[in-house]
Amino acid sequence: MAILVQFAIGLIFGLGLIISGMSDPAKVLNFLDVAGIQAGTWDASLAFVMAGAVAVTFVGFSRVLKLPRPFFADRFYLPTRRDIDPRIVAGPAIFGVGWGLVGFCPGPALTALGFGSLSAVIFVVAMCAGMVLARFIAQLPSSTRYVTPADPLET
Amino acid sequence: MVTTSFTPIASLAGGAMIGLAAVLLMWATGRIAGVSGIAARLFPPYEDRELAGRLAFVAGLIVAPVLVRLVTGDLPAQTIAAGPALLIVGGLLTGFGSVWGSGCTSGHGVCGLSRLSVRSLIATITFMAAGMATVFVMRHWS
Repeated sequence: MAILVQFAIGLIFGLGLIISGMSDPAKVLNFLDVAGIQAGTWDASLAFVMAGAVAVTFVGFSRVLKLPRPFFADRFYLPTRRDIDPRIVAGPAIFGVGWGLVGFCPGPALTALGFGSLSAVIFVVAMCAGMVLARFIAQLPSSTRYVTPADPLET
Repeated sequence: MVTTSFTPIASLAGGAMIGLAAVLLMWATGRIAGVSGIAARLFPPYEDRELAGRLAFVAGLIVAPVLVRLVTGDLPAQTIAAGPALLIVGGLLTGFGSVWGSGCTSGHGVCGLSRLSVRSLIATITFMAAGMATVFVMRHWS
C-alpha cells in the first residue's frame, strides 16, 4: 500500500512538472536567460512554478508536521543541519552549470524518460553516474573529515 | 533558440501539484520530496529499507507523460537543444552537484524554502545564479 501511494505521489509530481512546463528544457533555459528580458524572449513561467509549489508546500508542511507521525512511517525525517559549509555553495554552483547547459534538473530529466527521447536517456545515465560519484567521494575519509554528520544527501 | 510562451496559469497550477506531491510524501513517509536525494539513493550504498518506495516514486515520475499521452492523445512540447556531448557533461554536473550540495530544485527550492531553511535559500540562490550565468555564456558570448 505504501509503495502504491508513493507511485501515485510520483505521478502527481510528474504531472505537475508537465502541466507547469518544467518538463520542457526550452522553457527553463528561456527563464534562466535574463538577457532575454531586454530582448523580449524571457519566459517568466518558472517563477510561477516555484511560487505555486512553495505556497502549497509551506501551508501543507505546517499542517502535516503537526501530526504525531507520518501515515506509513514511525517518525518524520527532517534535515537537521544548519551549518553553512563550502559544499552548500559548491554543490549548487556545479548543479546550476549543468542545469544551464541543458535545461534539465533531476525531476524533469526523469519525467522526460517517459516522453521517449534518446536525449533524456543520455542525460539521465550521465546524471546518475554523477550522483554515484558524488556519494563515493563524499564518503572517502579525506572528505568526511570536514562533514558532520557524514550523510551527503541530507538537505 | 526556441521561443516559448509565458504560461502563468498552467505554471502556477503545475507548481501547486508539485507542492501537493511534496506535502503528500511528507504526510505518507515523513520524508522530503527531493528528487536528487531519491534518485541518488536508488544506487548503493543502501542506508535504509526505503528502496521500493523510492523506485515507485521515480516510476510515477516516468509514467506521468505516458498517462498524459493516453488521456489527451498528445504531449506538450519538449525541446532538447543540447547534443550528446553537452547532454553528458550537463548530466554529470547536474547529478554530481545536486548530491554534493544535498539537493536540487525540489529538495532545496521547494521543500527547503518552504521550511525556511537558510541552507536551502543559499543553495537555491546559488543554482539559480549559476544557471543564469551559464545560459548567458552559452547564448551571448559567442
